[in-house]
Amino acid sequence: MTAPTASPPTPSEPPAAASPSRRPPLVDLVRRSDWRAYVIYIAFVLVFLFFSVLLHGSGFLSGNNLLNIFRQTATISVMAVAMTFVIAAAEIDLSVGAVAGLASVVTAMSIKDSGPVAGVLAGLALGLAVGVLNGGLVTLLGIPSFLVTLGMLGIASGVAMWITSSAPQPILNDAFNNIFGSGTVAGLPVLLVWTVVFVAVGAVVLTKTGFGRRVLATGGNRVAAEFTGINTRRVKFTVLVVSSVVASVAGMLYAGRLQSGRFQWGAGDELSVIAAVILGGTSLFGGSGAVIGSLFGSLLMGLINNGLILAGLDVSQQQVVRGVIIILAVAVARRR
Amino acid sequence: MTGVAEDTGYAVRMRGVHKAFNGVPVLHGVDFELRRGEVHALLGENGAGKSTLMKILQGVYSLDSGEIVVDGQAVRLTSTHDARAAGIGMVFQEFSLVPTLSVAKNIFLGREPRHRGGLLDDGESVRRARQLFAHMGAELDPRAAVGSLSTAYWQLTEIAKALAQDARVLIMDEPTASLAKHEVEALFALVGRLKAAGISIIYISHRMEEVYRVADRVTVLRDGRRVIAAPLSEVSPAQLIEHIIGRQMEHALVWHERAVDRSGTPILELRHVSAGPRVRDVSLTVHRGEILGLAGLMGSGRTELARCLFGIDRVRSGQVLVNGRQVQLTSPRAAIAAGLALIPEDRRAQGLVLDHSVRDNLLLPLLPGLRRGPLLDDRRGGRTARSLIEQLRIRVANPSRPVRLLSGGNQQKVVIAKWLATDPTVLVMDEPTVGVDVGTKSEIVSTIRELADQGRAIIVISSELPELLAVSDRIVVLRAGAVDRELDRRDIPDEEHLQMAIQGV
Ligand SMILES: Nc1ncnc2c1ncn2[C@@H]1O[C@H](COP(=O)(O)OP(=O)(O)OP(=O)(O)O)[C@@H](O)[C@H]1O
Ligand SMILES: [Mg+2]
Repeated sequence: MTAPTASPPTPSEPPAAASPSRRPPLVDLVRRSDWRAYVIYIAFVLVFLFFSVLLHGSGFLSGNNLLNIFRQTATISVMAVAMTFVIAAAEIDLSVGAVAGLASVVTAMSIKDSGPVAGVLAGLALGLAVGVLNGGLVTLLGIPSFLVTLGMLGIASGVAMWITSSAPQPILNDAFNNIFGSGTVAGLPVLLVWTVVFVAVGAVVLTKTGFGRRVLATGGNRVAAEFTGINTRRVKFTVLVVSSVVASVAGMLYAGRLQSGRFQWGAGDELSVIAAVILGGTSLFGGSGAVIGSLFGSLLMGLINNGLILAGLDVSQQQVVRGVIIILAVAVARRR
Repeated sequence: MTGVAEDTGYAVRMRGVHKAFNGVPVLHGVDFELRRGEVHALLGENGAGKSTLMKILQGVYSLDSGEIVVDGQAVRLTSTHDARAAGIGMVFQEFSLVPTLSVAKNIFLGREPRHRGGLLDDGESVRRARQLFAHMGAELDPRAAVGSLSTAYWQLTEIAKALAQDARVLIMDEPTASLAKHEVEALFALVGRLKAAGISIIYISHRMEEVYRVADRVTVLRDGRRVIAAPLSEVSPAQLIEHIIGRQMEHALVWHERAVDRSGTPILELRHVSAGPRVRDVSLTVHRGEILGLAGLMGSGRTELARCLFGIDRVRSGQVLVNGRQVQLTSPRAAIAAGLALIPEDRRAQGLVLDHSVRDNLLLPLLPGLRRGPLLDDRRGGRTARSLIEQLRIRVANPSRPVRLLSGGNQQKVVIAKWLATDPTVLVMDEPTVGVDVGTKSEIVSTIRELADQGRAIIVISSELPELLAVSDRIVVLRAGAVDRELDRRDIPDEEHLQMAIQGV
């Protein structure tokens, strides 16, 4: 965009802070571009190249394996999109994984009783209900979201175990399993399509709509946002509701992929989701957010898992390596 | 001339406004009238209740009793939204921007220009922001993140934001507190233009000369009561000051020649110091008992130099010597250990723990000295805090109240008091009197002199030239991060002269 540069008739002084300096343009560009915002992409490319070289004989680069990474990370990616909004608004939602598990169970049971449409509606209604509860407790009673959603994590996973007596709930409806799991659209796995749709919508909403701007303002300086006339409670309420509803969709994606509802689906996902968001460049203190970064954060972790499995590491070793890479990436992004 | 008492002549009328915080009354039945198209100065000591009155008008606080009439209509302002709907805009004294968003996004926050499809049009925001700044005569990249800018640019953004809201009443709470001379001029020009466009402006300031330049009428508050409301042409500056502080001013801002012995080793010496992004090859000395003024335009590197002396910005090359011995200023702790102290420019961000009590803030740098055994000596701490509060006449009912609740000027006094207490050898003060009322300003100037008389070296950074001229023995003018010239105070006949030196003519 080349807007005409206004040349204000300042009497005397050469431009000071925040105006371009006299450094060579390239140096200036690198400085201004703030490469740290792109650490996630750099890390993604580096890890990808590393595995490509290391695992070139083990099918890492096969189209099928790469699509598999998308399939396996779809649930995390989708939840990370919503979590980006939550964290950008300076809140947190620890209940997403448990809500996904509960939603998978509720959906599976409703499909068995009343068919796939009722199943999907029941899953969404559950997400909505939990979200309203989370958001209401946070905004009306002023309880920190960390505590509210921590409590909700326990409640949701407890209820999921309780109503199923901890037993898996198989889903025999092919239409549902196709749409939410194994199907394809124009040759692409439906889970990839879901991911792309959520990320695209999330990215546009965060950067290009009034709502997105209100979320960033609320997280960046709540008082300033209030003084500007933004209803910051409503913003916080909304992001928490959306987070739960999206988590329930993620639960259905689990259910469709694994053709069953089960209380374990999604257990512990909250940490992966938050890690994906932070890796993606969203500030843990609120006020900034990058939806596409969150997607790559999620993909990076999927990539690492996939590569380490192919490399023959066992689960415990995978966890250690993944932890190290996360800390490294965030550390590099933060150094000042 | 003297307005007919019909409501339509007034943009705003407030009558009998009472306000108490937790049972402590702050406003006792204040009347306030703003005529349409006038610039109205609202003056008073720190803590007199100016900001509180304006926050009521802005819908931030609700009044306990009293009435507000805007444009002839009685209004109830229960939120900032109501106030904006009534056409009242405000440039807040405590900055109210979102640091993580860009300047343009802040200006249009909540009223963003949109594409036809309803999506935000940030390109348009940037264009309009550029136009606004061009009108204001300010140079500022609308795409820069607000958090990366210095306070002066925050203020410009705030003003632009209020202007973009098409407010009919504009409240400016100490708008020039952190602006450089030419920026102030641009602001005054702007105020004139707004006035001509029929906008009414309430102007809060502690700078008398400004008030006489821009304002038509004045209201003075003292202890939450209106003591005078009159056209400025009918009140002399001396009368005004008397109304403000309730007595005659003892010591005005005049320069005293002080004897400084420059023969020994300087207490502080900088040799070819380059630091941070801006400071280039600065050499200077400050001797025992000397007060060195640092002058320069906004962005000339004064604050950056102070930051490097306090170990915040790294020294890239060159040497810093304290009492002839080279020191490594790698962190504020190292700087404190070397005997340096900084009173920072941005008190809210760098100088205070806002949620902690006045007492705790005052004692923070003193903690190691206040121990008795492993525990803190509370009694001695309390005594120290009380004496500091008295010394600077900090207006606080109870030292255990959070600093956040103090008026802006009183917060600034807490920052100063806090560092005075540490007894540093070299004291660097960055804009020490921003937002401080006239009475206290001259007190701070005499405090600075006393501190120097006790044998300290003092560096004062100030954009307020009368103050800088009153207090300095020598003045170093910085320009683009380097020393442009060094002037003995005796060789500076008047403010004009110094102004020219700063502008580089
Ligand atoms: N939210 C609050 N809670 C309690 N007390 C407050 C609050 N806000 C202001 N006060 C008190 O009200 C008094 C008036 O404060 P106010 O900010 O209106 O002063 P001011 O005239 O603007 O002073 P300054 O020139 O220093 O900005 C002060 O004593 C202050 O401590
Ligand atoms: Mg004030």
